Amino acid sequence: MNMSRIAAVVRKEFAEFRRNRFVVMTASILPVVFLIGPTAQILAIKATTASAAFDRRVDYSLFLPMLVSVFVPAMLAAWSVVGERDQGTLEPVLTTPVRRAELVTGKALAIFLPALLISYVVYGAFFAITQLFAVAPAAAAVRHAPQLYAALVFIPLLSAWAIWAGMAISTRANDTRVAYQLSILSSLPPVAIAALFSFNVITPDFTSAALFAAGLLAIDCAACFGVSRLFDRERLVLGTRT
Amino acid sequence: MSAAIEVSHLTKRFGARTAVDDVSFTVQAGEIFGFLGPNGAGKSTTVRMLGGLLAPTSGAASVAGVPVTADGGDQVRQRISVMPETPGLYLKLSVAENLDYFARLYEIPDRAARISQALTAVGLAQRANDLCGTLSKGLRQRTALARTLLNDPQVMFLDEPTSGLDPAAAHEVLTLIGALRDRGVTVFLTTHRLDEAERVCDRVAILNTTLRTTGHPDELRQTLFSRTLTVITAARLPDPEAVFDGLPSVTSWQQVPPAQPAPPDGALAGYLLAVQDPVRAAPAVTRALVAAGADVLQIAEQRASLEEVYLQLITGEEKAADRSGKKGALR
Repeated sequence: MNMSRIAAVVRKEFAEFRRNRFVVMTASILPVVFLIGPTAQILAIKATTASAAFDRRVDYSLFLPMLVSVFVPAMLAAWSVVGERDQGTLEPVLTTPVRRAELVTGKALAIFLPALLISYVVYGAFFAITQLFAVAPAAAAVRHAPQLYAALVFIPLLSAWAIWAGMAISTRANDTRVAYQLSILSSLPPVAIAALFSFNVITPDFTSAALFAAGLLAIDCAACFGVSRLFDRERLVLGTRT
Repeated sequence: MSAAIEVSHLTKRFGARTAVDDVSFTVQAGEIFGFLGPNGAGKSTTVRMLGGLLAPTSGAASVAGVPVTADGGDQVRQRISVMPETPGLYLKLSVAENLDYFARLYEIPDRAARISQALTAVGLAQRANDLCGTLSKGLRQRTALARTLLNDPQVMFLDEPTSGLDPAAAHEVLTLIGALRDRGVTVFLTTHRLDEAERVCDRVAILNTTLRTTGHPDELRQTLFSRTLTVITAARLPDPEAVFDGLPSVTSWQQVPPAQPAPPDGALAGYLLAVQDPVRAAPAVTRALVAAGADVLQIAEQRASLEEVYLQLITGEEKAADRSGKKGALR
């Protein structure tokens, strides 16, 4: 793989994202929504709040920001191929010497890096605000919640899954809106499992979390390989393989 | 001259539909080769196969000396550039940013200088920082053309480069294409605009799923149409048989309505002469007419247009005959 060509793809994608109002809105509004809701839940906890309600609010508040790491990359990945095909920019790129692995890696990195940054910023802001302004028991509950630390590991894995699923759909889709919808749907299964951990349906111990993370990592690696195969020039140009 | 493109029995099927069927041709280095055909004839599919975007169902091709195969794709793409039918520009990026992206993909060492050269070549040096979304269609086509110049290609594929352009913008693009010949670039130009093919192409091929013919527009005319001279005299000849029947270069003749309107004080006469070689026949016909005392107003070779050649090949003899009939009636 040629790193300078990967860098060229990343650079171009960043330049396009910056000037695309839809991308800017998606990347800014969703994180704000998923930050305000959970933070407000924690700040609303009073010292007198009953224990069950207290736990439920903490679990819910720690889970919601994780959706940022799925929804933002899923939407960007959904556009990555079908959007370019729609505006006719994909074909000229495919006539250059860029290889499929370079194109896939460049496009995936251009989504992964900002998605990771935004997700961690949301969790960081949530943590900082709750530690500064929440009542002491709530702040302590957040600080000691295992989900908070599990999220740090799950965020890149969930983002990667959302990107691969979104890009796979994007290579096959002929309509941008359909690609967005399917991409969001396809990113949900691993989120559902993460939700089971967050809401204590599956006991969030170290072993189960590590197994889930390892499983997700394996799936991400397989998906990376699968998406690379889908980046066949004929399929990308025609939307199908003859 | 060496061959820049060699195509042998190239076929592409999409399921049950055959887009390109058993096409073979050769394009010489430095040639501007017109690839004509109606919509859906397989022109873009052929370009996509030669550009390594689509795998042929059968047959073989080489471009710039490299076989177009799965293994040779990268090598071919280093030596060619393709301008698809739509310019394919990133509308939210500037002209220079668009070109910079492609220059990086081609790993061009001195990117800034090459981009500047390409923009100067298409007359867009002053618009480098304009967003492509703000450019007119003609300027977008020129930007796309600049993009194809970046990697200094040996072979350039231009798919309908004047599609949707007004006559002035189309003229500019064709002038640029003509200038590529001087740089030694082989240009493969697909179009259904026959006038532009006739203007810039050294040779043309006519495709309608299968290849109907290849050759210089003049050669195609000669192959498909009998060669004729039109003669207009100031008055009707009293005995045209005596004038034309004895000429060895004239194979047949007929009186036709003259193409130009008759003056108020006279009646023009027109004659259509089938000849083997118009250049040799014209002096002999002139001498015979003068000897017969005729006032000759015009002797000219009647040339079938490339459009007539195209129609003859694409829609068959019947349609071409209809057109000739209509033209005759107008005269």
